[in-house]
Amino acid sequence: MSGSVRDGGRKLALANLWVAIGAFAVASGMAFMQSLSRANLDLPFRSASVYYMSVTAHGVLMAIVFTTFFIMGFGYVVAERALGRSIVLKKLAWASWWVALLGTAMAAWAILWGEASVLYTFYPPLMAHPLFYIGAALVIVGSWGWCWVMARTWMVWKRENPGVRTPLPVHGMLATIIVWVLATIGVAAEVLILLIPWSLGIVDTIDPMLARILFWWFGHPLVYFWLLPAYVIWYTITPRIAGGKLFSDPLARLAFVLFILLSTPVGFHHQLVDPGVSAGWKLFHTFNTQLILFPSFVTAFTVIASFEVAGRMKGARGLLNWLEELPWGDPAFSSVALAMLMFAVGGFGGAINAAYGMNAMVHNTAWIQGHFHLTVGTAVALTFMGTSYYLMPRLTGRELELSLLARIQPYLWFGGMLLFSIANHLTGLAGMPRRVYDASYGGSEIAQQWVAGTGISAVGGILLFISAACYVAVMLGTGLAGRRIDPEPIEFAEPLQGENGRAPILDRFGLWFIVAAILVAAAYAWPIAEHLSMERFGSPGFQPF
Amino acid sequence: MHVDLYEKIWMYAAAGIILVFLASMGYTTLGRAMQPPSHIETIDPASVRTDPEFGSPGVTIHEDGTATVVIQAFMFAFLPLEIRVPRGRDVTFRMTSPDVIHGFQIVQTNGNTMVVPGYVSQFTTRFDRAGEYLIVCNEYCGVGHHVMSATLIVEDMPATSEAPAGAGEAPARTGETPAETGETSAGTGASAGTGASTETGESAAGTERDR
Repeated sequence: MSGSVRDGGRKLALANLWVAIGAFAVASGMAFMQSLSRANLDLPFRSASVYYMSVTAHGVLMAIVFTTFFIMGFGYVVAERALGRSIVLKKLAWASWWVALLGTAMAAWAILWGEASVLYTFYPPLMAHPLFYIGAALVIVGSWGWCWVMARTWMVWKRENPGVRTPLPVHGMLATIIVWVLATIGVAAEVLILLIPWSLGIVDTIDPMLARILFWWFGHPLVYFWLLPAYVIWYTITPRIAGGKLFSDPLARLAFVLFILLSTPVGFHHQLVDPGVSAGWKLFHTFNTQLILFPSFVTAFTVIASFEVAGRMKGARGLLNWLEELPWGDPAFSSVALAMLMFAVGGFGGAINAAYGMNAMVHNTAWIQGHFHLTVGTAVALTFMGTSYYLMPRLTGRELELSLLARIQPYLWFGGMLLFSIANHLTGLAGMPRRVYDASYGGSEIAQQWVAGTGISAVGGILLFISAACYVAVMLGTGLAGRRIDPEPIEFAEPLQGENGRAPILDRFGLWFIVAAILVAAAYAWPIAEHLSMERFGSPGFQPF
Repeated sequence: MHVDLYEKIWMYAAAGIILVFLASMGYTTLGRAMQPPSHIETIDPASVRTDPEFGSPGVTIHEDGTATVVIQAFMFAFLPLEIRVPRGRDVTFRMTSPDVIHGFQIVQTNGNTMVVPGYVSQFTTRFDRAGEYLIVCNEYCGVGHHVMSATLIVEDMPATSEAPAGAGEAPARTGETPAETGETSAGTGASAGTGASTETGESAAGTERDR
């Protein structure tokens, strides 16, 4: 685990991280405007079409561009530092970056010019400009290039180091890659076979339900594509920053393997109230979804126990005073600790969303955006932000600038998200739909009950925007003006029990990939065949934006 | 593989929690026949506006006091704009869209379904509380999405010719396997702790091709 900086991989990682930060900056501005708009504040540029354009841009830039580029950059860092060798296929890695960047630019153009206000779920028959779909496809193709570079690097390392165990951070990234490859089959089929020919006018109509099924084949494992790199950070980087050791290495590997198996055959829990999908398949997917809580429970224990180990190594004796010994002033630690706290709440909320009977109370209400801003919007995004404070000085060789802003930023995010999320959960329970520009419904009495909630949510939005601005300022300051230093090494937490807990079966990636593929086929082959066999009627495209 | 004692206890507890979740789902699904709306029936979206059923949306009160509501959801309104249904009796909603995907949500109840062009959504529910309800579109459908709404009025209706509702055919059908019929049973969850009505009564509406 050498800490030396290998230049090729370092530049690649930075190129990816800067795209992520840029996308995050634009998307945060969009979010600020949206939260004020929902509170019905009179803003100069406020209009329904700008609002829906902005929701689309926020969703695509945050959920797809920020996350994917951050994960690609982080993946290169993990591969080189944990394997102690440079990545292979550097040309392919750069080509993938350019392809994904070009795709992002095409989709961003279509969205910002008002040609693609179809939201990040892009359900047909809403029809965007063809460049939106082609751009999205290119981002995915670029990410596949990254997957192959990562997998090849690991294979070459394996050959060079026979009998050496795959380091845990790489184990986690390989799990991420398997989940991503299985997931993107669904969306690639949707975009390449259905959407692009239809938006170019080569075919006249599209089956909206088939598109939804394929989208959610991708849409839920997408969540684990975001989450697993965050788990890699929680398991292997944060305990080290806290000054401790990883409590259990084999259980971390078990969690990653369970995610490989269970991430994808769950998509129908997003379609519980859809017509055209039979209740039996919905029940099967819902069952799988509840099982996927298990690896997250395991993660919560292992990571918190690792923090306790850190506190005890610093001399804490009492039941809970190890908490005081943790580095709460270090944003790379505090961000993860706060992210985990919110994820615990978000996880239980997710169990409600995916509950077969309860879903109808919350489906497509503001509750849902309250939920996923805890999970992807905090557990993942805040972890990535905190990790940037750790990575950037080590990759650029520059000291963290504006470090006071960096220290308060995670707490601001936590506070803002608390207000935003609680308000949206409650207004959602009171029936307020999500994704609406103006929730007054002509002064309807019932809609009046939501006014207080949207106000609180807007206050949360302001705090979140300040926090996001702090993050972007620290990143730009560090990258452009940080004092040059000798970079510290990037190191991963050692397991508490050494090699004691070997379970080699957990490292059989080929095996788990095949089992996972069989599960995906079991969950989707039959319902899709059933769907294709019934009499269906296509829809032409609509552009009501 | 070595597992710490405390972690072992935690893992059993986690598995226990998940089993409780699954058991409660199993109970409501099998024991109380609660199903999300999963009706399977297709229709040509180009023909919706001239369709004998969806071309003239409205409420039909049947002889046994139950009702069928036929709705057209389109950019950016629901037809009919005002829907009157009887309190305490089975109401079957049937709807489709001639254009893009919409959502249909009766606010503060668990009446909630997607409306997808090419498909007919259907669910049966019962309202225990009289009064005015707000119906909103909860799936983004374009620049007028936030104005797409309708009003539902639940009122006591004089029995037409039949015995009081609830005593009719519905309970007799409780035993049907809902997974087969694709029916739901939404209750007015927020209005009363009475929970969901568990019947999966099939509406008498004509032209379906159920699977």
